[in-house]
Amino acid sequence: MTSLLRITDLHVSVGDTPILRGVNMEIRQGEVHALMGPNGSGKSTLAYALAGHPNYTVTEGSIEIDGVNVTEMEADGRARLGMFLAFQYPVVIPGVKVADFLRHAVSNIRNPERKEGEGLIGMREFRKEIKDRMTELGMDQEFARRYLNDGFSGGEKKRMEILQLAMLQPRFAILDETDSGLDSDAVRVVSEGLARLSGPQMGVLIITHHERLLEFNPPQFVHVMLGGRIVETGSAALAHELHANGYADIRARHPAAAAENAPAEATPV
Amino acid sequence: MSTDAPVKSDVEIGDYKYGFHDSTDYYAFKSRKGLDAEIVSQISGMKNEPQWMREFRLKSLEIFQSRPMPNWGGDMSDLKFDEIYYYMKAASEQGKSWDDVPEDIRRTYDRLGIPEAEKKYLAGVKAQYESEVVYGSLREDLARQGVIFTDTDSALQQHPELFREYFGTVIPPGDNKFAALNSAVWSGGSFIYVPKGVKIDFPLQAYFRINSQNMGQFERTLIIVDEGASVHYVEGCTAPTYSSDSLHSAVVEIIVKRGARCRYTTIQNWSNNVYNLVTKRAMAYGDSLMEWIDGNLGSRLTMKYPAIWLMEPGARGETLSIAFAGHGQHQDAGAKMVHCAPNTSSRIISKSISRGGGRSSYRGLVKVQKDAVNCRSNVVCDALILDPASRSDTYPYIEVEEQNVAIEHEASVSKIAEEQLFYLMSRGLTEAEASAMIVTGFVEPLVRELPMEYAVELNRLIELQMEGSVG
Repeated sequence: MTSLLRITDLHVSVGDTPILRGVNMEIRQGEVHALMGPNGSGKSTLAYALAGHPNYTVTEGSIEIDGVNVTEMEADGRARLGMFLAFQYPVVIPGVKVADFLRHAVSNIRNPERKEGEGLIGMREFRKEIKDRMTELGMDQEFARRYLNDGFSGGEKKRMEILQLAMLQPRFAILDETDSGLDSDAVRVVSEGLARLSGPQMGVLIITHHERLLEFNPPQFVHVMLGGRIVETGSAALAHELHANGYADIRARHPAAAAENAPAEATPV
Repeated sequence: MSTDAPVKSDVEIGDYKYGFHDSTDYYAFKSRKGLDAEIVSQISGMKNEPQWMREFRLKSLEIFQSRPMPNWGGDMSDLKFDEIYYYMKAASEQGKSWDDVPEDIRRTYDRLGIPEAEKKYLAGVKAQYESEVVYGSLREDLARQGVIFTDTDSALQQHPELFREYFGTVIPPGDNKFAALNSAVWSGGSFIYVPKGVKIDFPLQAYFRINSQNMGQFERTLIIVDEGASVHYVEGCTAPTYSSDSLHSAVVEIIVKRGARCRYTTIQNWSNNVYNLVTKRAMAYGDSLMEWIDGNLGSRLTMKYPAIWLMEPGARGETLSIAFAGHGQHQDAGAKMVHCAPNTSSRIISKSISRGGGRSSYRGLVKVQKDAVNCRSNVVCDALILDPASRSDTYPYIEVEEQNVAIEHEASVSKIAEEQLFYLMSRGLTEAEASAMIVTGFVEPLVRELPMEYAVELNRLIELQMEGSVG
């Protein structure tokens, strides 16, 4: 059975500010979707709401994974059902080693029934796996022993997100501007990494301003967000058009949504 | 630290694992409640002490009685000196083997895991139960090299000259009210002498156990590390959980001579009804290194600021302090560094965690005396507050009487960041696992300084403290 992530009429507020105003989207395993849109249109809000950030309140609508309504579920429950968010701003966790953290995460995700305190995935098996994935991503083995994102460069942080994606093998991966702030070599590494990982088992939602990530991971569907709604959905050609012409045409075609577009994206600190 | 072990342990939520107690019916001696000259003389008499010590105690009692209670630090209004038993002797003799120790007491130490640890990785052990040391051992090869590791009472009898030369020289009775109290009623504690050039490879450990309700435990520890020698001393402390309060007021004096090293590690895990008011001070001479590693968990109120006086050029002092204040607890802890000589250096690293309405305070002093030029001192305090009901304060005191010095102080306070929790939870960790991981990471730089066994123990204690902290 192909898994389905279904987003229905999703309204999301941060504090008292409504940001998403009725988003509809269906992502199946194996599909690649791109989400584009100007700053403040609500792209990152959708990403956080899907992953279950407590500050992003769903006021209407629902998120379902294979018919299970996860709208009220905490982030860890969603992760166990196969949701993954590659963060635009990965969080630093001082004193926690990458390998220790990932071993816990992998144990929970692969054994969703695992109770706290029960055994972790075998050390030998885990070590080999993380070593192989790091090699594929061109990462120094030393990363496994470093503290999570602590002192990492922008590119290292993004690579760390892709490493987590590779280890956790989610059914649905949301990449929130994974290509932002990277030089072109780093974008290539991340893009190739994603291309290798995605396949029939993974549904991907790529949030991006740029075209590079999409070159390596051609989307079947391109959605354009404006003022908290998906205003257009098209093929890869739509992404090319937006890159060539910007959002002026989109705004002109959807004046009501354009008027509601926030001046800047709400990003957590 | 690796977190190979599961993040949560299988112990019940909120359980203080060491809260059990033994019957006190069989005790060899129990003083009456309260404190006066008669009790002090009785303690001295029981111990067959020389006249000078009896006089020292009585004079100290006068100082204790004449001093007001400190009006800073924590709330001691419930501490009733008249309700305390100042001396209790559970066993009539000290055991040379665990088989010599009365069965109830031996069982207690078995449950605390001491005999097992002794076999695995200790060079010597002292076990103090109430007022007296009930068991003692020292590896034979160390004894042959002239190392002395005994209880302080025995040291007074067996090494009177060495004892008198140093006792009370680092912390005189007049130092503070609680040092005076300890000087009046002290009993037990460790006495260590490490001869010139002798380096002890494994730690020496003492374990302090309070068993009775309203008990006052006043051990007195004196450590002398002679020139070029080195020692690592570890102490652990627990007590049963009672509804009324006990008092633990120790004095620890350390002399680290030229070129010597001393590391003193405390992992204190008192139950929530213990007032823990301790004075610890070391004097570090030329090119020596003194380190305090101070883990404060448990207790109702802890006031403890291990001090290092850097007496001669080249002396270094370092204090790593960790405090965990849970519900109903106040950890007022920190460190003092006194630079008395040029070219001395010190470092203080303090980490505190407050949760469940607990309160932690960092209180520290860096003092540079006149003419102590080219001194360096670096102080770093980090506080982690886990919920809005909890509190953390920082009281750094810096007194510098010399221009040519380098003093740095950094302090940071962080709440368990929501973003950190969300990040870890989005990878499938439960809220409890994620919080425990963040806290473990927070103390990691300090835990990594501990020998393996203690690091594991401290992490386990922190995990226990974290149980039920969320949800």
